[in-house]
Amino acid sequence: MAVSPFEQSDMSFGQRLWQINWFFVLLVSLTASVGFVMLYSAANGNLNPWASRQIVRFVVGVFLMLLVAVIDIHVWLRYAYAIYTVSLVLLVAVELNGSVGMGAQRWVDLGVFTIQPSELMKISIILLLARYFYASQLESVSRVSHLLVPLLLMAAPAFLVLRQPDLGTTILMVATGVVLMFLAGVRIWVFVVGAFAGIAAVIPLWQFVLRDYQKARLLTFISPEKDPLGAGYHIIQSKIALGSGGVFGKGLLQGTQSHLSFLPEKHTDFIFTMLAEELGLVGGLGLLGLYLLLLIYCFAISLRCRSHFGRLIGMGVSTSFFLNVFVNIAMVMGVVPVVGMPLPLVSYGGTAMLTTMFSFGLLLCVYVHRDVQIGPGAVEGN
Amino acid sequence: MYRDNERYKTFSRRTIILFGGKVVLFSGLIGRMYYLQVIEGEKYKTLSDENRISLKLISPKRGRILDRSGRPMAINQKNYRVMLVPENTKDIEFSLRKLGKIIPINAHDLARVKREIKRRRRFLPIMLRENMAWNDIAQIEVNTPELPGIVVDVGETRFYPDGAKVASVLGYVSGLSEADLTGDPLLEMPGFKIGKAGMERVHDIALRGKSGTTQVEVNAFGRQIRELERQEGEAGAEVWLTLDIELQKFLAQRLGNEAASVVVMDVHTGEVLALASTPSFDPNAFNRGLSRSEWDVLVSNPRSPLNNKAISGQYAPGSTFKMVVALAALEKGIVTPSTKHFCSGDLKLGDSTFHCWKKSGHGSMGMISAITQSCDVYFYEIAKRTGIDRISAMARRLGLGQILNIEIPGERKGLMPTRAWKKKAKRVSWQQGETLLAGIGQGFILATPLQLAVMTSRLVNGGKAVLPHLTRNVVPSTEEPKPPVIPEFLALDIKSSHLDLMKKAMVAVPNSPYGTAYKSRIKEPGFQYGGKTGTVQVRRISKAEREVGVKKNKDLRWEERDHALFVGYAPIEAPRYAVSIVVEHGGGGSSVAAPIAKDILLEVQRRDPSKAKSSGDATIGHPSSSSKLMKIG
Repeated sequence: MAVSPFEQSDMSFGQRLWQINWFFVLLVSLTASVGFVMLYSAANGNLNPWASRQIVRFVVGVFLMLLVAVIDIHVWLRYAYAIYTVSLVLLVAVELNGSVGMGAQRWVDLGVFTIQPSELMKISIILLLARYFYASQLESVSRVSHLLVPLLLMAAPAFLVLRQPDLGTTILMVATGVVLMFLAGVRIWVFVVGAFAGIAAVIPLWQFVLRDYQKARLLTFISPEKDPLGAGYHIIQSKIALGSGGVFGKGLLQGTQSHLSFLPEKHTDFIFTMLAEELGLVGGLGLLGLYLLLLIYCFAISLRCRSHFGRLIGMGVSTSFFLNVFVNIAMVMGVVPVVGMPLPLVSYGGTAMLTTMFSFGLLLCVYVHRDVQIGPGAVEGN
Repeated sequence: MYRDNERYKTFSRRTIILFGGKVVLFSGLIGRMYYLQVIEGEKYKTLSDENRISLKLISPKRGRILDRSGRPMAINQKNYRVMLVPENTKDIEFSLRKLGKIIPINAHDLARVKREIKRRRRFLPIMLRENMAWNDIAQIEVNTPELPGIVVDVGETRFYPDGAKVASVLGYVSGLSEADLTGDPLLEMPGFKIGKAGMERVHDIALRGKSGTTQVEVNAFGRQIRELERQEGEAGAEVWLTLDIELQKFLAQRLGNEAASVVVMDVHTGEVLALASTPSFDPNAFNRGLSRSEWDVLVSNPRSPLNNKAISGQYAPGSTFKMVVALAALEKGIVTPSTKHFCSGDLKLGDSTFHCWKKSGHGSMGMISAITQSCDVYFYEIAKRTGIDRISAMARRLGLGQILNIEIPGERKGLMPTRAWKKKAKRVSWQQGETLLAGIGQGFILATPLQLAVMTSRLVNGGKAVLPHLTRNVVPSTEEPKPPVIPEFLALDIKSSHLDLMKKAMVAVPNSPYGTAYKSRIKEPGFQYGGKTGTVQVRRISKAEREVGVKKNKDLRWEERDHALFVGYAPIEAPRYAVSIVVEHGGGGSSVAAPIAKDILLEVQRRDPSKAKSSGDATIGHPSSSSKLMKIG
């Protein structure tokens, strides 16, 4: 007894499209455009090899976002667990048979294209937890036993991603999950106990799971000057580049640190450094302002939404996005260790772009369906 | 609505808290950015400049060395080099193979190149061959499209157009050894060369000049991106020598492959016009870097080409020393110009017999005839009467037995023995027989050709204690040349009548039919010269051998033949040039050395501009007047 994805919505396709928050789309495009400009600069004033391809990816991403946005929110609700299961299976597949790139197993080859299951899992986790908690009463949420299932479902992918090894994504997934639990109404003492348990878990983690380069990154984060030409090199050069930008920057295409290759990965993880070097404090604040506006929208949409499922998705997307931005910028400024996390919408990279656009699609979907009430029995047709 | 309200309340409250948290974290980022870019901004600006700007030295042009009239003796020549830039070729083997078809590349070079490729960054050129012929370079240039990664480059290298003919004075330049490093960064530049011997070493600092600097922007891998600022260095000073390059070349040619040395100097100014030591070595080869086998050939040559015999060869002066003995005796009043002594062919002293070179004897000899005919017995007699200490003292006054500071390193002192010296050095008393041997310039006595030339100059220049020098002028590249300073010399305090007597005797040596150098006289009027021959035995002649007849020089092995010496001066009326000649194992002074002296003194007088035209400047080839000519060339 198949249910049409649009069956339970009163709105037609055209109505939904009309309902999309186009100002948000504009904000996203503006932010992505900052990325295009920086990629143009990174290639010494060339659209190739980065800017042009990034633009194409962004256009594809916009279509993906709009597509996700107009799909009935009930569909996401219904398939939330299924999507999670598929993501988990893909993660296991990577663990068993992933192609190794940059010293880490992250990709799975599906024949036609390669995907990064950990990116998919970031979204799946949000859907999973939103799905799990939307139906839970506040009383049941306050029972610890009720949390065992979501905790286990989170721990499994987190462990797999950490094994790849991809510390950044692991932290991001776990943190997003924790925030969603917090919003779902889990008692505060649970988090306090959890924090202690987490600290206790660090010791075996350090001993058995973290790879040497991850340890090195953490150690050099604590004192980068000890190894200026080795592991600390990236942080030091990044700080020099950023600091030397001053208030107004050295000008587009004039960043000496970036263009003379002192700055590593200037088009991906360290693109914010390059922006701050060339456009200065003013440029950095401008981009942070755009990000802040996007975040405010996320919050507004979440608070405005009438369904708990929608609110949790909105805040999940918002948190994941915020963490991405924060960790990346804090990393290039030497506040947190180098964990290898791109700057959303701006860094060069297809997978990250599609993941971000997908999650924004979900957010817009929440916005489109802001007045739709989803009862606890909404998926009982399954 | 089933309890959603309460759930929404919790959600909203916690969402606001979360939002607050996020804003705080964002503010933290902004604060951090402000700290790095505004508060610490200047520090990071400096760091970023230090990162990208690399200061490099520009090696200055080494100053030229010129002869007395500005003719170049040491210049800088274009050095065509072939280099390989590994990053510009996909297949290094292929490029080298292709290049091997144009110029030969030996296995040794190939191995070195492969080693360097591994060691160095891929965009830095690796030297394949240097000092290449223009033809080869042109051929490589034409084929560049088929030689990926091969580049041709022009550097500068020291070049001595006259090669071995000037090596004894100029020395050579060569790469540095560890000991040469003084901390001057210029010295650490790849391929930098410094003067290692001769005038190149004496004036090394002046010749080097000052290095310039260039600020270049480099990237993280050290590759040069562009030049930001350039400060030109200062070329090295030009060094003008007292030498006359044409005369120098003439000497080298005249001496050929003999193990010989010649010094020609101005008797009044002490300017050394030529200083030759043969055989010599090619300084260009040193510059290039000698191969093991080339070095072995030089070192094992019994005629010691690496030794500058003119300043470091020490020889018994033989009969050229007789003027010293004569002057010592005259000055002390032991003999007078008219004192006669009979030569019977030998002189007995105790159990020993001292032979004259002329077995039959010279008969009755006076001072002039004894010098003219080089009578040994006469000088045995006056040496015996004068005593070794007085002879030694006179020799020192004339410049023997001491370092004369001719600038170039390696000068030796010679030896003028005294009673006290022998007691100290040999721990035995002086024997009178040794004084007799000293009377004919043998025994312990040693002198260098340079000292002999100075001695001759002092004998004929009117009693001035002239000292030799080789540098006429050092002209920094930023300054106009100044006329050279002619040094003042002290008086010798020898009676001029005695000096005139010596000149008279020396004139008779080649010009009197009885003279030992009569066969080598100059017949052209106005070009005559005076001088003294010397033949020095290098082996003992036993009594037995003397009885059966002394072997002729040409029947002996080269190492056992006599040294041939000559000291001379010209012109006889107004002495200007002194010359000393030593031909090792050359044979007789009159048969071998005198003809060379004749040719040299004729040549040097012909080259004298004041001689060619009786009017004119006393000094030839004034630097300031000829420097302009040089610049046109």
